[in-house]
Amino acid sequence: MARGDDELVARLRAGDETVFAALVERYHPRLVRFAVTFVHEWNAAEDVVQDTWVALLRGLDGFEGRSTLQAWLFGICANRARSAFLRQVRTVPVDTAGPTVDPARFGPDRTWSDPPDSWDDVDARLDAAKLAPLVLAAIEQLPAAQRQVVTLRDVEGLTGNEVCRILDISDANQRVLLHRGRARVRQALENDMREVP
Amino acid sequence: MIALLTRDLVCQDAVELVTDYLEGALGRRARRRFERHLRGCVNCSRYLEQIRTTIRIAGRVEAVELDADTRDGLLELYRRFHGAGEAPREQE
Repeated sequence: MARGDDELVARLRAGDETVFAALVERYHPRLVRFAVTFVHEWNAAEDVVQDTWVALLRGLDGFEGRSTLQAWLFGICANRARSAFLRQVRTVPVDTAGPTVDPARFGPDRTWSDPPDSWDDVDARLDAAKLAPLVLAAIEQLPAAQRQVVTLRDVEGLTGNEVCRILDISDANQRVLLHRGRARVRQALENDMREVP
Repeated sequence: MIALLTRDLVCQDAVELVTDYLEGALGRRARRRFERHLRGCVNCSRYLEQIRTTIRIAGRVEAVELDADTRDGLLELYRRFHGAGEAPREQE
């Protein structure tokens, strides 16, 4: 979609309703899922995303294509969500230290004593689409900052640079959050696979 | 520091480098050291592969469907922008 962004924006400016309908169809639910990581509540997230669309329409003339339309939308949404959240009580869950793999899985020599199982047969048996809901559930359990980064990077497919700009965090911070988040999601998949033979 | 970089990695440290590795954020030496560990360690290779699998599956997460009321409301919003008054300078 990035390639055609200029054209989409031009058609939006010209009043092409089908383009707006397609954008809304594609991004509204994704934006709500992203916004809820800031405001922690679906109704509040819906409001944030409504504001995001208004801001998009107001800002159309200023869109210069320096970011993709997708990154622009998520950026507006993050800004709106942050200011909405500042009006609520501020609680920042912290999880930035300590190992991402349970230390009990390593022996005294710090090599694996309980190594990861092979997923080869699982890969062959189950397709990614079937496991996606499980991964989504695991992402939703992550602390907010990790959840935001993993959602934007791995679900939305945005680049590290885009995510740093949208969330206003440093590259190093982005990597730490991504690392911790992905490790937890992998662990959730492993837990599930160990349960179901 | 040099000694640290030339010594072999142990698994428990290697697993904490997977994201920096995938992000291309390791220096040349650190990357070589990590790759050398992977070549000799089936478990850590498997761990890295599972992180890749996790990323791939996350990319398949689908959005919930938009409900009709929300869509209609937003289309109404769009029409207001392009019809009655509020439109920011039209045209391209």
